[in-house]
Amino acid sequence: MGIWRRLSRSKLLWPLVTLGILLLFNLFFTPHFFRIEIMEGHLFGNLIDIFKNGAPIMLLAIGLTLVIATHGIDISVGSVVAISAGVVAMLIGGDLAGHPKYPIGFAMTAALVACVAAGMWNGMLVSWIGMQPIIATLILFVAGRGIAMVTTNALVIWLYVKPFALLGQGYLFGLPFSLYIVAFLLLITYLVTRRTALGMFIEAVGINPTATRFAGINARSILFWCYAFSGFCAGVSGLIVCSTVMSADGNNAGNLFELDAILAVVLGGTSLNGGRFFLLGSMVGALIIQTLTTTIYAFNVPPEIAQVVKALVVYAVSLLQSENFRARVAGIFGRREIAA
Amino acid sequence: MSESTPILEMRKINKHFPGVKALSDVNFRLFQGEVHAIMGQNGAGKSTLVKVLTGVYRHDSGEMLLEGKPIKPDSPLAAQKLGISTVYQEINLCPNLSVAENIFAGRQPMKLGRIDWRELNRRAEEALKRLNVSVDVTQVLSSYSIAIQQMVAIVRVLDVSSKILILDEPTSSLDEVEVEQLFKVIRQLRDDGLAILFITHFLDQTYRISDRITILKNGEFVGEYKTGSLPKLDLIAKMLGKELSEFSFAMGGEERKKESGKAGKDGKIVLLVKDLGLRGSIAPFSLNLNEGEVLGLAGLLGSGRTEMARLIFGIDGANQGEIHVKGKRQSINAPRSAMLAGMGFCSEDRKNEGIFSELTVRENIILALQGRKGTFRYIPKKKQLEIADELIKTLAIKTPSANNEAGQLSGGNQQKLMLARWLATNPIILILDEPTRGIDVGAKLEIMELILSLSRQGMGVIFISSEFEEVIRCSNRIAVLKDKAKIAELAGEEMSESNIMHTIAGGR
Repeated sequence: MGIWRRLSRSKLLWPLVTLGILLLFNLFFTPHFFRIEIMEGHLFGNLIDIFKNGAPIMLLAIGLTLVIATHGIDISVGSVVAISAGVVAMLIGGDLAGHPKYPIGFAMTAALVACVAAGMWNGMLVSWIGMQPIIATLILFVAGRGIAMVTTNALVIWLYVKPFALLGQGYLFGLPFSLYIVAFLLLITYLVTRRTALGMFIEAVGINPTATRFAGINARSILFWCYAFSGFCAGVSGLIVCSTVMSADGNNAGNLFELDAILAVVLGGTSLNGGRFFLLGSMVGALIIQTLTTTIYAFNVPPEIAQVVKALVVYAVSLLQSENFRARVAGIFGRREIAA
Repeated sequence: MSESTPILEMRKINKHFPGVKALSDVNFRLFQGEVHAIMGQNGAGKSTLVKVLTGVYRHDSGEMLLEGKPIKPDSPLAAQKLGISTVYQEINLCPNLSVAENIFAGRQPMKLGRIDWRELNRRAEEALKRLNVSVDVTQVLSSYSIAIQQMVAIVRVLDVSSKILILDEPTSSLDEVEVEQLFKVIRQLRDDGLAILFITHFLDQTYRISDRITILKNGEFVGEYKTGSLPKLDLIAKMLGKELSEFSFAMGGEERKKESGKAGKDGKIVLLVKDLGLRGSIAPFSLNLNEGEVLGLAGLLGSGRTEMARLIFGIDGANQGEIHVKGKRQSINAPRSAMLAGMGFCSEDRKNEGIFSELTVRENIILALQGRKGTFRYIPKKKQLEIADELIKTLAIKTPSANNEAGQLSGGNQQKLMLARWLATNPIILILDEPTRGIDVGAKLEIMELILSLSRQGMGVIFISSEFEEVIRCSNRIAVLKDKAKIAELAGEEMSESNIMHTIAGGR
């Protein structure tokens, strides 16, 4: 009883219910959906794929959760993914023999620095200049692709440096390596926001920025660092994207990722109005989106219809999560009971 | 005749919220051609009752009869359709549209598929004229006073089919002349046969305008009285559920006067402000505040009281002058630096500048203290709860627990919550901007008592209120402001309402 009541109040309930319904659907209608095989000591299967393919969006969603909690938005993350991929690919270089131009560690660090700088740029526009977040990040949304193209000289760079493939394609203890990166970043973010006062301050800024400032808290710097962190997450995501396909394409890397990531955060229970945020919820949200994509693929839905199916499911999920809608449905049933 | 047949009758209304019984067996009657006031402290159930009536909430049990027929409005729109019109405290109009557009927005008269502007303006003018208000209806709404805006809001909701008009705190941001203007309109509507439900915190306004009073206390029905046969003191006693003598403080403002001046001379100076000013906001002013002293700021609305407070607390950056706290010069350029110097500030705008309605009571209390300690010196949750519970107890904040959302608290309790936030930081100086605004008599007294007891413990308090009477009761000294400048300081026997008025009027 106690557990049920706590769960029913928890924001995680509806995202989990949604994910459960999707998985249940697959259990009945998709053959072998839950089958996991061991090949060469690694686990393979749809479930593993969902995690593996979902990793880039999950990473973006971690950073975006904090930004959205401040009543902000960062639509530049997809472009920053491209910047990250471009920088790391340029520095590693497309040597066919597999010799990196610069050490891999250096290349990755440089890419992350570039992305944090991009995030700080967003943060500066929002917190110091006071621009509306969607406009401020729209600048980088557009310009970021350009920057990515410049770094790769508008070419698609193919990489042949084997060790770099570990990030996106490698395995550790049988599980995809990218999964550990997500888990690590999630854990760190959780600890830093919930085991310090940062989480409360972020929520306070999102609910009432003026009152936050009046309470003697440096609201500006909190805003600034949230955007910088979102840039960092996009950077890590870009590294994984680049490593997965072993190429950097300024035009297509991370294309439309921002929409999936924002959707993941919202599905996870964090409101676009800012305030309370739910990191785990965002992860479940990202998994919902990826499960949906995988399911659609498993059904061999033609690509031109796939988007429509996805949209319909997202629409249904959004309705399911809306308290207003649930109250109305309950109201309809309630009235019937009285009538009967 | 009408005495026997109320147009609206609410019988034995019950309403629960999680952890709170908001209304229990409340009765309410409304008669045609009468103004009926609902009185009660914060949390007495006034707004819950109104929200049940207007369809915002649904009651658990009880019945509502409109003209003898049972009704059950399930939304404000449904209530409106039944003829129950409401004008809320915060005016829900568009300031950038014209008066006429505001009145008819959504139901403009059309002609050949286009808006018939001439007809629109003519009808708007006519509607306002019926209330003896003549304004240029083509001007944008924001160019008129709040009182006029209030009347526009009334005209907007008053449909031909309106039977009941609910006015929720319509006078809270009006000055005396505007209140009288509004009352004229209300009286006329009443004489036209409308039934009017009037909610206010102002006692004397209740007596000026209402014909009948229903008193609620803690969600319970105390009684319904004819205004003429209920003396003011009885009303207060019934609202508080106490004998008035229990509030020693309410009677004894005199004592304080004798004390005043003393603390001023003996105490150590905790705050010294020299020629602090900001062009366009407030003229340079100097003042000092002693340990254990309450300095009142008195002046009319817009005289610069809030600007003064904002400058001292670093919300607006001063372009001249200096601030010394406990003898040390401080450069205060942000609320954060003011807080670190030992100040606290409760804004007059609770909703927008004070309360985090979706955070818990605990978080609201701990926020400033945690801000002072810094992000990474986290106060463990257990310790947070201890601090919060302690302050909830000391300030008698009414909340089911420290983990409830702050938005659920009533106005007076939210005010205390802001106070609690600053008390947690243990400030040397506390600046309170209108801490008693929009809250009921009982909570007002409690807050004033609290201010006095804080000053007795040695805190320096700057107290701002529009009500001179309150300023006089609480303060040791009073700084008088007029037209964005400090014009005088009054102490001891000089502190009287007429003296403040004369000072402001400029002829003592």
